[in-house]
Amino acid sequence: MELIRLVNVKKTYKTGVTAIQGLNLSINKGEFVFIIGSTGCGKSTLIKMLYREEKPTAGQIIVGGIDVGKLRNGKVYKIRRKIGVVFQDYKLLPKSTVYENVAFALEIFGIPKDEIHAKVIKVLELVGLKHKIKSYPAQLSGGEQQRVAIARAIVNGPKLLICDEPTGNLDPKTSMEIMTVLEEINKLGTTIIMVTHSIDIVKEMNKRVIVLDSGRVLKDYEKGTYR
Amino acid sequence: MKTFRIIGRNIRDAFKGVFRNFSLSLASISCITITLIVVAVSIILSYNVDNFTKLVEKDVTIVAFLDNELKDEQIDEIKDKISLINNVEKYEFESKNDITQDMMDSSEVFESIMKNWSEEENPIQNTFQVKVKDIEHIDSVAKEIKQIDGITLVKYGEGMVEQLVSVFDIVHKICIVSVVALILVTAFLISNTIKITIASRQREIGIMRLIGASNLNIRIPFIIEGLLLGALGSIIPIIATIYGYSTLYSNFNGQLFSPFIKLIPPTPFIYTTSLILLGIGIIVGMFGSWRAVRKHLKI
Ligand SMILES: Nc1ncnc2c1ncn2[C@@H]1O[C@H](COP(=O)(O)OP(=O)(O)OP(=O)(O)O)[C@@H](O)[C@H]1O
Ligand SMILES: [Mg+2]
Repeated sequence: MELIRLVNVKKTYKTGVTAIQGLNLSINKGEFVFIIGSTGCGKSTLIKMLYREEKPTAGQIIVGGIDVGKLRNGKVYKIRRKIGVVFQDYKLLPKSTVYENVAFALEIFGIPKDEIHAKVIKVLELVGLKHKIKSYPAQLSGGEQQRVAIARAIVNGPKLLICDEPTGNLDPKTSMEIMTVLEEINKLGTTIIMVTHSIDIVKEMNKRVIVLDSGRVLKDYEKGTYR
Repeated sequence: MKTFRIIGRNIRDAFKGVFRNFSLSLASISCITITLIVVAVSIILSYNVDNFTKLVEKDVTIVAFLDNELKDEQIDEIKDKISLINNVEKYEFESKNDITQDMMDSSEVFESIMKNWSEEENPIQNTFQVKVKDIEHIDSVAKEIKQIDGITLVKYGEGMVEQLVSVFDIVHKICIVSVVALILVTAFLISNTIKITIASRQREIGIMRLIGASNLNIRIPFIIEGLLLGALGSIIPIIATIYGYSTLYSNFNGQLFSPFIKLIPPTPFIYTTSLILLGIGIIVGMFGSWRAVRKHLKI
């Protein structure tokens, strides 16, 4: 079943840079998709449009049956609550602790405190940061911050998980641990779209791979065909 | 239950917000405090002046003195004429004998002098006591009464009364205008102060929105923060009102210049005024932050 469909999408920034052009794409529920391509080819722009951080200049973007481009500002949160995002720059709340950062994604739903606590601890254990729950983002290394961002993105069990270089700052061993976590989440039914520069990871995982070039789809490798 | 939890968290966040940007919060609070003190003074002044006006209006009477030679039918005729004058609220006949008796009753000195007067010697005249509806036009009523045959003299607090009333009226109006103006200015100032608070948290709000916080999620803590600032800002004005007015009242023995001008008794006046101040503080604070958050809810 189709979860995401992009039809003739174009994105030109206010500066006049065209980051995405004539892009068509379809992703099904439960898929694990890598998006690769050289720097500046539009990977981040593409995924930002999925949760409406950026609006497409032309074309249509449907996520889970919702026309994201047409969503009003006041309603955007509805789609964002169904999507977990690991941002390329983490976007952690600087004045909140690791625990608070992760808990916040649950608090906006009004979930009971003890339930929040259980979930947050579980997910921080999963990413190997349980011993840092009281630290502030500025007191963490890049890789640790990245893991907090991953924990926050997956804590409320999103239908779709979007990761912009979630292993960019991690050593190969930790990277593979994170990939194992993502694979498990994927097996439980979450669709995953992951942007990466790491060819090793892509080869290791044997998933569908979309190669972008100058804002277009250059190649779309079926699961297990990328070598 | 869910709503309670969300509100609970928001109140916690609002308290955090107030202390996180303490110097800015203090600026907002001081701003509300100053405004509310002026508002309090205006309310006290305005209500008292209103009260004075009513008291004065209630007290002012035109006294029309009648020629003592008049017969009863002539007095009845005069009474009919007075009753026909516009703006007359009520009138009362007081006979020479009643007045004499009242005066003798009120003082022993008067009694000793007056008890020996014969009917002819008694200089006191029959009178009509007339009250008017609209105090501002009391002079025209007095003139009309004076033109009636058989009236020898008309007396009332000429000039002074109308002047007092019109001064009161001006003070009252100035108070209302300045309160309204001040409230608007404060709402604007609060809005600006909270805007600075928010600007320093713009990134935070952006992140909150990106991970799925709704506009209300984001707005409510700021609005509660505004409410809190308003409530904190009203503490000093409320204390000042309660103690200040009570002290003022007891120092002046509840009256100003003359027993004629009575101050409004402190209870429940100071408490209603305090509630009004708290209400204004809270509403201004909430409105200010509602306005300030608005522009940060795009993307
Ligand atoms: N907010 C923005 N305003 C203007 N131009 C932008 C903006 N964000 C990205 N761009 C431009 O759009 C193009 C695509 O950027 P994008 O961030 O999507 O690249 P990317 O594939 O994610 O690169 P990287 O691998 O380095 O993260 C680049 O030329 C970039 O300069
Ligand atoms: Mg990028």
